[in-house]
Amino acid sequence: MTADFLLSLAQAITKGLLTGMVYGLMALGLSVIFGVMRVVNFAHGEMMVVGMYLAWMGFEYLQVSPMLSLPVIAVIFFGAGYALQRAVISPFIGRPEHQQFLLLLAIAILLVNVSLVIAGPDSRGVQMDSQFESYELGPFVFDAVRVHAALTAVVIAGLLWLFFTRTRIGKSIRAAADNNLGALVVGLDVRRLYAFTFGVGAACVGAAGALMITIIPVTPFLAAEYTLLAFVIVIVGGLGSMTGALAGGLLIGVSEAVAGLLLQPSLKSMVSFGILILVLLLRPQGLFGKSGP
Amino acid sequence: MSGARLELDGIGKSFRGLRAVHDVSFDVPAGAINALIGPNGAGKTTIFNMIAGVYRPDAGSVRLDGRQISGLRPDLVCDAGVGRTFQIVKPFKGLSVLENVTVGALHRRPALPDARAYAADILLQLGLHDRRHQAAESLTLPDRKRLEVARALATEPKLLLLDEVMAGLRPTEIDVMVTFLQELNQRTGLTILLIEHVMRAVMALASNIVVVSYGEKIAEGTPAEIARHQAVLDVYLGEAEPA
Amino acid sequence: MTLLARLTGGVPARSLWGLGLLLVLLLAAPALLGKYGLSVLILVLYFAFVGQAWNIMMGFAGQLSLGHALYAGVGGYIAAGLFFHYGIGPWAGVFVAVAAAVAAGSIVGYLGFRFSLAGVYFALLTIAFSEFTRIAFDHWGWAGGSGGLFLKVDATSDILNLRGGPLLFYYVILALAAGTFILCRLLLESRLGRYWLAIREDPEAAQAVGVPVLRCKMIAIMISAALTALAGVWNAFYYNNLFPETAFAMGRSIEFTLAPIIGGLGTLFGPIVGAVVLTGLGEIFTDLSEVFHISGLKQIFYGLALLVIVMYRPAGVWPWIAERFGFGEKRR
Repeated sequence: MTADFLLSLAQAITKGLLTGMVYGLMALGLSVIFGVMRVVNFAHGEMMVVGMYLAWMGFEYLQVSPMLSLPVIAVIFFGAGYALQRAVISPFIGRPEHQQFLLLLAIAILLVNVSLVIAGPDSRGVQMDSQFESYELGPFVFDAVRVHAALTAVVIAGLLWLFFTRTRIGKSIRAAADNNLGALVVGLDVRRLYAFTFGVGAACVGAAGALMITIIPVTPFLAAEYTLLAFVIVIVGGLGSMTGALAGGLLIGVSEAVAGLLLQPSLKSMVSFGILILVLLLRPQGLFGKSGP
Repeated sequence: MSGARLELDGIGKSFRGLRAVHDVSFDVPAGAINALIGPNGAGKTTIFNMIAGVYRPDAGSVRLDGRQISGLRPDLVCDAGVGRTFQIVKPFKGLSVLENVTVGALHRRPALPDARAYAADILLQLGLHDRRHQAAESLTLPDRKRLEVARALATEPKLLLLDEVMAGLRPTEIDVMVTFLQELNQRTGLTILLIEHVMRAVMALASNIVVVSYGEKIAEGTPAEIARHQAVLDVYLGEAEPA
Repeated sequence: MTLLARLTGGVPARSLWGLGLLLVLLLAAPALLGKYGLSVLILVLYFAFVGQAWNIMMGFAGQLSLGHALYAGVGGYIAAGLFFHYGIGPWAGVFVAVAAAVAAGSIVGYLGFRFSLAGVYFALLTIAFSEFTRIAFDHWGWAGGSGGLFLKVDATSDILNLRGGPLLFYYVILALAAGTFILCRLLLESRLGRYWLAIREDPEAAQAVGVPVLRCKMIAIMISAALTALAGVWNAFYYNNLFPETAFAMGRSIEFTLAPIIGGLGTLFGPIVGAVVLTGLGEIFTDLSEVFHISGLKQIFYGLALLVIVMYRPAGVWPWIAERFGFGEKRR
């Protein structure tokens, strides 16, 4: 193995770690929602894509950097998620999985096609100066946008951690995720809690969308891919586990980047799916999930 | 059908280092009705689950008419002649009462009309026949308990394991169930082992009682013997004290 | 008991007459309908057929598969590839195709069931296998890779090689859909079918009354995969092209699930009614959106329709129709 190869391998790993942070933030939303409500958000990738479009529109029409529109998008997503849960999803909690699946599938179809009608099928990206910048550290070169996105994702994850450990509602959500019935008994308003949780999950994925648009352009067809990606990440990390979602994001980010280097780029998601199959069979509770009964 | 002899020989089970059942041995003679009693969490249901094949014992063996059944899958244990009910009832909710019992009957009667007729007959015996077309999920708890018994009986077992089928029943309903089980036992010779907290039923039915506490057998004897047994009294009085 | 008695036992006479009339109408349909009408009816039958196949696994045995495109894709590719490369006609190739799909189903099923994956976890396993295979086919030269596999479009009718016009494909898919309907009825009225329902409702209780759970689930996935593979073969020869991107797509798998869920999961007529509703809505929405010239509009209508149906008829359309018009089976 040459030094050149090792260097590009290290480069790929760091690139994967940086992208993986954003993946992790996206998956965190899915994991939080499942952990508390036992509802699998089949519209997760679609929500991600809508977040990317909103950030793109802010940039295109209002000349606002995605980094700046991110908090606004997160707030919009929180509100929309809260309302969606209250109005549509709420009666489906505890229903058979296939009914939840069909409901969220219908929402996914609506989200992605409304995006398609508004923004068209062409890929839309933002052109920022920082996309041409990079940081050098010894022999390593880091894309500036990736570093910014990853750092922002870390900050948001940190804020979420504070939210879940320090605030009353955050602690309640964690309690509900751990033991649904317990939360009911303690007398929390579970319905509001669920809506709040869906809002937080949506805000995560909206924020992740705003970050992702700085790295790659968006098309409606990315939606299904992101839904799958989010599934892979949370299963690998442990469905319902927040640490697991972040760690799974990093793992899948790195595996994609390394597979893209060693194999043909088109084979990179094969590695992710391979990892998913192995985890499902050998440790279905995920790498960070609590062990089963 | 006739009853089979059940032999438990030093069975034990631990869950993640926690000892649930340790070195329990007892026999249930063919055609007898015996009871397994003890405080909550004593390991009674774990013992049932080891007999029924849900858990494989870490130690010891379970034999039915001399044939080892421990370690077999639950469906094969059923095939060997063991029928069981679940403490937390598990009806096939979306199916009708008749279809619930028919599934059990299909085990030894592969043709659907045969199985259905046999199931209807069992429902008649248990007083559920009028409700046979209702969805199982619409039944009241006492009826669900009866459904559990009916479904287990439909597999034509030689040994019936009843896990707290009297719980939640009114005294008159308990008497009806007790009479039904006695009559069934006399008519068919079916061996019955029951876990029960309702002492009135235990005393009326069981010829022999096994008492477990903290996963170990602490006493065995006739109802009269058990009622006088010091260790048993300690356990039950201990439980009755305020925690 | 004869097969016929098992088929018709307990079914009200008006339902039998209705079914007979339906069959006659379907047989005569090509003479009654125009080219467009026939093409729509072909779609209805295709989705009814593949929906019935999926319904066996989910509706009967309660195992949620979101990766059924795998079996259709494998089946279609193998039959098309055998014909394309070696001139082996689909009537022979279909056996290889079905065998391969059953093998794939057995692998997915054995791994999933052996490791006790249920619900969403099992569904994700099926997606993962389907996606994995999609990428593999993208890089498999024999199957044409990502560029796709094309069958020569032949105007001349050659029934021996399943080459011909819509009429041929109509009768083939009608036979498949009708045959599967009868098969489903026979299965449901058998010990195996009742065991599936028991497993769907409560696997632990089922096993306690002697149901060999793993074996029954394996049979369900194998039958379901075999039928889905037939749909895949039919589809490949009807459209004359195959791309991994669409053949193994998650969207394809989801398409298979819609008719049974919308129509009524676990019922015999659910997949058929669902296919009529969905294809009908699809055609109406296509016409509507052509008026406005906006791409994506059709899918928005479609999404709204799904939303309305699942919110107001979560158990499906058919149980509601059957209740209202008294088509249900007599209670025995």
